[in-house]
Amino acid sequence: MSASTAQVGDAEEIVARAIECARACGATAADAVLVRSESSEARVRGEEIDFVKQAHERGLGIRVLLAASSSDTPGLSSAVTSTSDLALETVERMAQETVALARATAPDPYAGLPETGFASEIPDLDLFDASDEGASVEARIEDALRAEAAARGADSRIANSEGSQVGSDASTITYGNSEGFLGSYRSASHSLFCEPLARDASGMQRDYWMTLGRSLASLEDPAAVGRHAAERAVRRLGSKRVATCEVPVIFDAVTAPSLIGQLVSCASGYLIYREASFLAGRLGEPIASDLVTIVDDGRLVGGLGSKPFDGEGQPTRKNVLVEHGELRSWLLDSYSARKLGLTTTGNAARGVGSAPSVGTTNLWLEPGDAGTLEDIVAETERGLLVTELIGMGFNPVTGDYSRGAAGLWIEGGEIIHPVEEISIAGNHGDMLCAIDRVGSELQWLGPRAAPPLRIASMKLAGE
Amino acid sequence: MRQTDAADQALDFFRDRFGLDERQLGNGLETALERSIDYSDLFFEYTTQDGVVLEEGIVKSGDRHIEQGVGVRAQSDGRQGYAHSDEITTESVTLAAATARAISQTVADAAPVAIGERPATHDLYPVATPPTDVSVELKSDLLSEIDVYARRQDPRVKQVMASIVCQHRHVLVVGSDGRMVGDVLPLVRLNCQVIAADGERREVGYEGMGGRYELDQLMQPSAWQPLVDEAVRAALLNLEAVGCPAGTMDVVLGPGWPGILLHEAIGHGLEGDFNRKKTSAFTDRIGERVAAPGVTVVDDGTLPNRRGSLNVDDEGTPTQRTTLIENGVLVGYLHDRLNAQLMGHEPTGNGRRESYAHLPMPRMTNTFMLAGTDEPDDILRSVHKGLYATSFGGGQVDITSGKFVFSASEAYEIENGRLGRPVKGATLIGNGPDVLTRVSRIGNDLALDNGVGTCGKDGQGVPVGVGMPTIRIDGLTVGGTE
Repeated sequence: MSASTAQVGDAEEIVARAIECARACGATAADAVLVRSESSEARVRGEEIDFVKQAHERGLGIRVLLAASSSDTPGLSSAVTSTSDLALETVERMAQETVALARATAPDPYAGLPETGFASEIPDLDLFDASDEGASVEARIEDALRAEAAARGADSRIANSEGSQVGSDASTITYGNSEGFLGSYRSASHSLFCEPLARDASGMQRDYWMTLGRSLASLEDPAAVGRHAAERAVRRLGSKRVATCEVPVIFDAVTAPSLIGQLVSCASGYLIYREASFLAGRLGEPIASDLVTIVDDGRLVGGLGSKPFDGEGQPTRKNVLVEHGELRSWLLDSYSARKLGLTTTGNAARGVGSAPSVGTTNLWLEPGDAGTLEDIVAETERGLLVTELIGMGFNPVTGDYSRGAAGLWIEGGEIIHPVEEISIAGNHGDMLCAIDRVGSELQWLGPRAAPPLRIASMKLAGE
Repeated sequence: MRQTDAADQALDFFRDRFGLDERQLGNGLETALERSIDYSDLFFEYTTQDGVVLEEGIVKSGDRHIEQGVGVRAQSDGRQGYAHSDEITTESVTLAAATARAISQTVADAAPVAIGERPATHDLYPVATPPTDVSVELKSDLLSEIDVYARRQDPRVKQVMASIVCQHRHVLVVGSDGRMVGDVLPLVRLNCQVIAADGERREVGYEGMGGRYELDQLMQPSAWQPLVDEAVRAALLNLEAVGCPAGTMDVVLGPGWPGILLHEAIGHGLEGDFNRKKTSAFTDRIGERVAAPGVTVVDDGTLPNRRGSLNVDDEGTPTQRTTLIENGVLVGYLHDRLNAQLMGHEPTGNGRRESYAHLPMPRMTNTFMLAGTDEPDDILRSVHKGLYATSFGGGQVDITSGKFVFSASEAYEIENGRLGRPVKGATLIGNGPDVLTRVSRIGNDLALDNGVGTCGKDGQGVPVGVGMPTIRIDGLTVGGTE
């Protein structure tokens, strides 16, 4: 651990120096974020390596907040700069440039760092596994080859693929500000993604399956990923269109999280103060079926969205956003909180090259009591199970929703054939209220998860 | 064509700033070639980007970023090794080259590469002032002016968000074939989003424009006022819009940005990588009819000052006009070096990458359909009952099944050849290899978009352009709520 501890110390020194420089150049307040990462990626197709990619990257972002020179103008103006050059003289020059840039923007009475409440301890959230350090890219390529072989061997109709891709990255994130907060944490993520192609007389279809985790040990077996991906591609062969209709629509573990993500994006404090969300003004009101409880929690041990503190040094925490259908909280950083007369929820997201914004951490829909996906299908007389959504047809201002879909058609509680080239449409507000089944199983395929769920009725456009 | 000012400037830039010379670069490539490597290249990049954003009547923030680095690629039997570094030094090049060459285990005899060949390139976007050199104060003042102007247009305008984003990118490609070619690429963009409210109803309108030209061109009232007018008009129009009918109907697409149809339905499926791997719905269909007679679609990276244009692609190949569909027949693919070589074709200048941290892939530049002879008004009048769509948000395609979708941000009902009520939430769905066979009318009004497109593939975003004349498509599926 000694090498990595030294690296953290070095990173914290650079961040502290950047803040000092900014203050020395006239900044009223400043903060800085430094990210260092090592990553590798590889893709194989069949038995051949397609590419291998390896990188070391680093980036420093500085934000300056500046009081207006005339004291009768309230507020602070701000600017952000970033660079990958960490030489001391570059950091000094950048701090100077950021201050100059801030002078060219207008003072904002709500701008500023959080005044208090910084994370006083940095809990170990199991965000990396020390035994994965030094894991070779060759070993990961073996995983990809196993997934690829399993996919191609699973069914005679799998004869080609877009490939199987593996990725690993390990990062150290350091954040500090002129209020005295300075903290670092390390995190890692590893993934395997397999995308086979199935072919028969009806044509070609692709699908995928993946596994993601903070440690290599937490990943699903590569062969299982390959077989699952193959099953998903094969079941799409012979996809048909269906006639335009209104039917119940079931979302699975892959598609349901996108609905929850869209809803929560509309609860971002930034959209609320701009009144650019269909949820604006509805805090405390019922916005969804009482089967719907949505939670964001940045401190799940080993969670793919976990972090000990947010992009402003505030401790992450558990926030219940929707409880039994009632909208309970916005997602806030300190700026959007001040705009709304509230306090931050510890959801500041921060990239190297940007000012804080709001983001989710680990976000999920609480499981209900409707059993498995198969149970929900069995309870559906006629309808659609959506397994893939494409396109960007969602408008946060109005909640209007209209997306391309592919999936499986249900008659008499049974899946009878695959469906493609259709769209499903509705308004998010109505769709959430029409959720009449929430499954009992939660499967994490990323930092967002939702059990399978059913919307009682949606408009489906087809033939 | 000759080695142009932009190419020379790029070369001088990297020489002066990082002390790169031909001998060192040749040595860097030699390191990569110490294994059995067919081809290796170095890609240097230095990009300055800045942005200012206005909301709630004030310019709330400014930002400025410098991205620099070098990527080294080694290719062996169709496999690619890639390593990159955010330091531009002789040592970092050598280190990255040693990592990239690990794609091959076979040791080979290598000699320093003699760098010298400078292929002729275009000079499509010379600017006197790099947009990132224009002062932030001037940019901020323009945004404030836009805010006042937009709010003055209508009392229902409640929020105005506007931004200016500028980029100035230097790139240099050095190949193991001895080729060294650079480019300097300006890119500017102005965005305006308006939220209008009437009673309980709130709607959004957006318009943007940009390209590879002087920022000053955007800062003229004759450029930005019509843009703001459009954003306001779109928001107010949406206040009146009704839910879109769902089902299969005849669709008329307006000129310009609706060309995104070609990008999604056709363009991606014709990228060389998918066809070399035989994973595209267009695989092995060269010479077949994939569109109605009269439909000709090209990809052209050589249009002056366009957002999707490039003097050379990110592998140093000069861009060109490539015909994809000629009079309804599939005639060509879009290629980078690797896929062209593996398929026995010539590169088409479509090898692009988001940055030095990415491997190049075949990507589109400016993709559009050539004009026909029909009057746009006649095309509208020819539809008994259908949909007229003039603006779109974005789209996506499944390359393998060919199924695509894209979302209209401005659309109207057509009733008896006349425009009816505006509709919202319209999504168009179709099958790429089939959709253009249903084109029954082609307008004489070819237009290119305003310069706002960004295409995403494998997590890499690159600026692109699209264009189209007014066209009629028979029997397209429209997703909606009614």
